[in-house]
Amino acid sequence: MSGAVLQVDGLSRYFRVGGLRSRGQLHALDDVTFEVAPGEIVALVGESGSGKSTIARVLAGLYKPTRGTIVFEGKALNGHSSRKVRGRMPMVFQDPFGSINPVLRVGHSLLRSLKLHRPELSKSQRHDEAVALVERVGMTPGAQVLRRYPHELSGGQRQRLGFAQALASNPSLILADEPVSMLDVSIRIGLLNVMKGLRDREGVSLLYITHDLASARYVANRMIVLYAGQIAEEGTTDEVIRSPQHPYTQLLMSTAPDPRLPLAEIEGERDLGEPPKVIDPEPGCRFAPRCPLVMDVCWTTTPTMVTLSPTHRAACFAVTAT
Amino acid sequence: MSEPILRVRDLMVEYATSHGPAQAVHGVNLDLAEGEFLAIVGESGCGKSTLLFAIAQLLSYPASIVGGSITFNGVDLTSLDPEELRRHRWRDISVVMQSAMNALNPTISIGAQLADACKAHTDWDDKRIRQRSEEVLAMVSIDRVHLKSYPFQLSGGMRQRAMIAMALLLEPRLVIMDEPTSALDVVAQRSLMRQVESLRHELGFSVLFVTHDMSVVSHFSDRLAVMYAGEVVELDTTREVFDHPQHPYSQGLMDAFPSLLGEARQLTGIAGTPPALVDPPPGCLFAPRCAHVMDVCRTTRPDLITRGTRAVRCHLVNPPGAL
Repeated sequence: MSGAVLQVDGLSRYFRVGGLRSRGQLHALDDVTFEVAPGEIVALVGESGSGKSTIARVLAGLYKPTRGTIVFEGKALNGHSSRKVRGRMPMVFQDPFGSINPVLRVGHSLLRSLKLHRPELSKSQRHDEAVALVERVGMTPGAQVLRRYPHELSGGQRQRLGFAQALASNPSLILADEPVSMLDVSIRIGLLNVMKGLRDREGVSLLYITHDLASARYVANRMIVLYAGQIAEEGTTDEVIRSPQHPYTQLLMSTAPDPRLPLAEIEGERDLGEPPKVIDPEPGCRFAPRCPLVMDVCWTTTPTMVTLSPTHRAACFAVTAT
Repeated sequence: MSEPILRVRDLMVEYATSHGPAQAVHGVNLDLAEGEFLAIVGESGCGKSTLLFAIAQLLSYPASIVGGSITFNGVDLTSLDPEELRRHRWRDISVVMQSAMNALNPTISIGAQLADACKAHTDWDDKRIRQRSEEVLAMVSIDRVHLKSYPFQLSGGMRQRAMIAMALLLEPRLVIMDEPTSALDVVAQRSLMRQVESLRHELGFSVLFVTHDMSVVSHFSDRLAVMYAGEVVELDTTREVFDHPQHPYSQGLMDAFPSLLGEARQLTGIAGTPPALVDPPPGCLFAPRCAHVMDVCRTTRPDLITRGTRAVRCHLVNPPGAL
C-alpha cells in the first residue's frame, strides 16, 4: 500500500545494558513492520516493557533506530529530517503535568509552536489560529483559555492542550503515548472522543499507544499487539477483539476488567507472570514461558507471522492459517 | 451483621485555604464489617483519599478533622494522642500507598524496610523478624532472595506487592489501600487484585479500597460507595451499584468507560467539573452537571436515605415530602 502515511519496516532498537564492559543488548524493539493509513487510528497495545513507547520515541526522532526504515508521507526519515517533516508527526506525552511549562501562559507555548511551524502566519492570524486550536479540542472560550496558566487547568484540559499543541504544526499523524492513562476514568472518555473527532472531522491519523484494550477498541480502526518488542498480533479492531488468535492477546483480553460481564476465570490463575527483559535473545517464541499452549517448537524457533485474513495476522505456531 | 470493626460518623474534614475552609469530606457515614471489602470510587478531588487519610489519622495541615468520629474496634481514633495512635498503627490498621515507587525507600533493601517496620512496632529479635519477613513475601509470591533487593530491582507489580507484604507484617485487622493499582498495567492489576482477594479470605482482614477506576474493583469488593464533592452519594453491594445505579452521578460514571466485549457505542461521560468546595452552593452539589435536575435540587441539599442495603443521596430517587 503506497497511500500509507507511515510505513515502518523491520524497525529495531537495542540498548546496551550492564556495566562498562558489558556487551549485553536489550532488544526493546525487534523487527517491527506496520503501516498507518491516512485518517485511521491504530492502537499499539501491550504491557509495560512491550516496546510500545520505544516505537513512539523512535518515530518522533528521540531515539535513533538500530535497524530498519521509517517512511513518512513517502519520504524516508533519518536523523536529519527537517522541522517541517517532524512537525507533520508530533507527539502527545503521557504526563500532562510534566509536559507543559508551568511558568508560561497556555497561549505562549501554542503561539510559539505556530511561529515555529507556520511562519507564514501574521501575528494576528497566529492569535486567531491559537484560539481556533484550543476550540478544536473542546476548550471554550478559546481566547480565555489562552490567558490561563497550566496550574489553572485540570489534567484532562492539559491533555487537550497537548493535542492542540500537536495540531499547531498541521500534522498528518499524531503519536499519542498513553495520553489518557494518568487521567480519571470519567475524564478519559472526553479525550478519547477528541481523538475520534480529529480523525473523523480532520482526517488526521493517530498512533494510540495504550495498555487499555477497552479504550483501544473504542477509538481504533486497527490494533497491533506488541509483546517483548515484537508484534504478536495485528488486525482490525473487530478481528482482534472478536477472535483474538495469539495466546498473549487472549491473556490481555481475559485480564481486562469489564464490570458489565461476570468475572472470567483464567485457567490455573495464580501468578500471571511478567513480560521478559529481552537481552541477547536466542531463537524461540518470547511468550513461551507464560503460554498455556506452549509446544516444543516454541522454545527453539522464532514464530513467523501467519496470515489469517488480508488484514489479520499473528505470530504463533499454535495459530493455523485459514 | 455483627458489630462493625470500623464506624465513621458525620465525618467532616476541611482544608484551610486562602479563600476560607474547603469542605473536602462532608458528613460521611460508613460501617465496615470484619473481613469486608469496601471500595470507594469517585473523580479526582471528590475527597476519597482525604477520607482514607482521615481514617488512618494521617492528615496534616492544611487538612484537619473538624467534626464527627472514627471508631475502630470501639476506640475513637480522633481522640487518641500520637503515642496511643502509634500502638494501633500497623498492628491494627495499615496503609498501602498509591505509588510504591515513591513510598518505598530507594536507598535501602526490601528486607531492611520490613525490619524497620517490625522494630518500630514490636520487640521481636532479628531471627523472628527475618522469619516473618520471609513469610509475608511468600504470601505475595515474592521469592525471599528479594529481601536483599532494592526497590529499583523489582518490577512495578512486584513493588506494589511488596507494599502489601509490608502492610501485612503485623497481621492488621484493617488494610487501607489508596489506588494501589493505578500505576500498573492490566495484567499486573489483575494479579494484584487476585492476590489481595485470596489473602483477605485467608487472613480475614477488612479492606478499604479507594480508586477512580471502578472497573478495577467491580469483581472484588463486597460493597461500593460512590463519592462526589466530599459526600457519599450512593452505597450498596457492588453488583447492585453496577447493575442498577440510581444516582445520576453513578450512572454517569458507569457510562464513562468503554466496554471490551459489549456493544460498541458512543459514550459521553459526565460534562462539567466538580463544584468548588469553598462555600459550596446550596442544594445538591451535583445539580449543575445533572441531566435530571429539578427545581428542588438547586435549593435543598438531599439527604442520604437508606432503603434496605441501598443508600442514595438524590431527590429524584427519594422525592422530598414522600417520607
